[in-house]
Amino acid sequence: MKNLIDRYIRKEMFPHIWCPGCGNGVVLGAIIRAIDDLKWDKNRIAMVSGIGCSSRITGYVDFCTMNTTHGRAIPFATGLKMAKPDMQVIVVMGDGDCSAIGGNHFIHAARRNLNLTAIIINNMIYGMTGGQFSPLTPTHRIGTTAPYGNIDQSFDLVKLAMAAGASYVARSTVYHIRQSISLIKKALNKKGFSVVEIISSCPISYGRLNKIRTPVDMMNWLKDIAVSSKAWENLSPQQREEKLIIGEFLDVDKPDYCALYTQLLEKAREEEVR
Amino acid sequence: MKDKEAVSVFQNNRVIISIRKNWCKACGICIEFCPKHVLMANEEGKPEPIKIDDCINCGLCELRCPDFAILVRGIEVKDE
Amino acid sequence: MNKSLDNIKLLQGNEACVQGALLAGVRFFAGYPITPSSEIAEGMAYYLPKLGGKFVQMEDEIASMAAIIGASIGGLKSLTATSGPGFTLKQENLGYAIINEIPCVIVNAQRGGPSTGLPTKPAQGDMMQARWGTHGDHSIIALAPSTVDEVFWLTIKAVNFSEKYRTPVILLLDEVIAHMREKVIIPEPEEIEIINRKKPTVPPEEYLPFKPDQDGIPPMANFGEGYRYHFTGLIHNQKGFPTSNPQEIDWHLRHIYNKIKQNAKNITLYQRHFLDDAKIALIAYGSVARAAERVVKLAREQGIKTGLLKLLTIWPFPEEELSRLANQVELMLVPEMNLGQIVLEVERVVRGKCQVISYNRVDGELINPEEILLKIQEEIEK
Repeated sequence: MKNLIDRYIRKEMFPHIWCPGCGNGVVLGAIIRAIDDLKWDKNRIAMVSGIGCSSRITGYVDFCTMNTTHGRAIPFATGLKMAKPDMQVIVVMGDGDCSAIGGNHFIHAARRNLNLTAIIINNMIYGMTGGQFSPLTPTHRIGTTAPYGNIDQSFDLVKLAMAAGASYVARSTVYHIRQSISLIKKALNKKGFSVVEIISSCPISYGRLNKIRTPVDMMNWLKDIAVSSKAWENLSPQQREEKLIIGEFLDVDKPDYCALYTQLLEKAREEEVR
Repeated sequence: MKDKEAVSVFQNNRVIISIRKNWCKACGICIEFCPKHVLMANEEGKPEPIKIDDCINCGLCELRCPDFAILVRGIEVKDE
Repeated sequence: MNKSLDNIKLLQGNEACVQGALLAGVRFFAGYPITPSSEIAEGMAYYLPKLGGKFVQMEDEIASMAAIIGASIGGLKSLTATSGPGFTLKQENLGYAIINEIPCVIVNAQRGGPSTGLPTKPAQGDMMQARWGTHGDHSIIALAPSTVDEVFWLTIKAVNFSEKYRTPVILLLDEVIAHMREKVIIPEPEEIEIINRKKPTVPPEEYLPFKPDQDGIPPMANFGEGYRYHFTGLIHNQKGFPTSNPQEIDWHLRHIYNKIKQNAKNITLYQRHFLDDAKIALIAYGSVARAAERVVKLAREQGIKTGLLKLLTIWPFPEEELSRLANQVELMLVPEMNLGQIVLEVERVVRGKCQVISYNRVDGELINPEEILLKIQEEIEK
């Protein structure tokens, strides 16, 4: 069968390695559909990932792809973007990859407002290594390294990205697939650092440990925990505890790093050599 | 090609539903969240469009499929 | 040489590194401030934008290493500079550059270690880390200049080697070489041999990004130029995709190991000083080689036939030359500002054919010629 997805994937790599019901494939589909809408040339697109289940995403798409080291996708992408500013550079990370080992790179790319689109597939757990809790695992939830319940506070990646200086910040879930596609599309089109967090499903690790066992249960759970900012307003503090706001949080125009660097180049050329 | 052989195609005069059986991992998401309950699990847990005439071609099964294993296409009907 | 005065410069080692890198075509630098290498970052921040190049001060050493790899994949010759603690942090991504055969240069201005060690004092403690710092079997090229002029030329060599052999190259300075000022005659650009990575000659659909040519080196397509392919830190096949096939795994590891080994003849650089009739050979590199050169003169004044093999390439280790030399001399003395690292390699290569002794200093001070000479005299009297 000939379809949109097949024009963008490395078909020989399929079926992919992800578990039944894993959200990674859903996010991959959303990214591809957003790119197809934008009619971008595949030769001008780079996708960079780190380590973890989600990072295998780069092996499956027919772009210029890099599966890098754990947490470091953003700095690899930074070098590539500076070398090839006219390429569209998309960074795909998991929650542990982006917010734990790669947390510093994430906030600094936002601070620089570098023209990258960061898509974080947040399944709230380290899946590939067997279900350890991550900085995005909600408090009280179970991980294999939090058998008595997680006592850590979790990050709010949206607030983190906004505080650090990103230009565009949004969140959705793999259940809210049409919204995910449209947010990713907006993020891809944005100049500056754009962030889309997609809350994803991991039935095998997160689901099994937290009694949301099947892929279908996980999808229903996502449907249940995600609320619009409007609906959030009407929730009591207790009701808010297990909920997440989805939608667009920030969309501002400000000078991006590549534009600023172009200005710097002009300034440097004018100045006499010391 | 191996994957071509594994595609099952179901169609009526409005819609074609193709399923790549080798890629499907029987997660059940397409079946559960089809607004018209078009799909039913076969003995392997993989979807079969038992009520294809109810399909409204919304594409949600395709969009939410983690495995790119199900595809829905409408057939353009020319007015006579 | 008919050089204008403008070409004659009094440069610090770090500055010479910057000038060499720029002439070699480096157009991307990512780094993080660290003593005693920071002047390289400062120089790059000033000069690169004038040439249309890119400088990014990254958030840490790990990110700097990642960024130069990314930029190299994008087609820019890339360099980073650091010292001990930063060199340690870069090791994981250095492995990524090795397994993916990405040209790039890492300058390590060595200071005393381990840990924070002696930030403002010289050492040669990272010789083995340069060889084996990242995990797993691999090959590497490492060069060690002993004068500012050599810093200039070996920086160009380092860039050229990285491009030619598709490998990271480590330039091992030490605090003294990095900060000392000496005369450097900067050549005209046309006087310098510049090597650029080999690009694929086949169309994209036929391109196998990790399939070596006859010379052992796979042609490298830059991203964004019509070739879409995959890099991964996983052991991969010639297409670039992860593999668990034992044959492909074995091939891949041997390939990255052997491509340097089989080209070692063209990579191992050294200088022979008064070795033709020597009975005693000093084996030295970096700032210690300066003292060793003086020792040769002092020893010969006393009638002791001494020579010096100055190593410019540390890795791959110049086995052939040393092995030859071992048949000729009675004693090899290896002075180092560490507790004996390269001496182990010398012993391995010499295989007992002559006596090998080391002279070591790790107090943050340079080794001076007199103490080496004294050691020689002691050995003779034994």
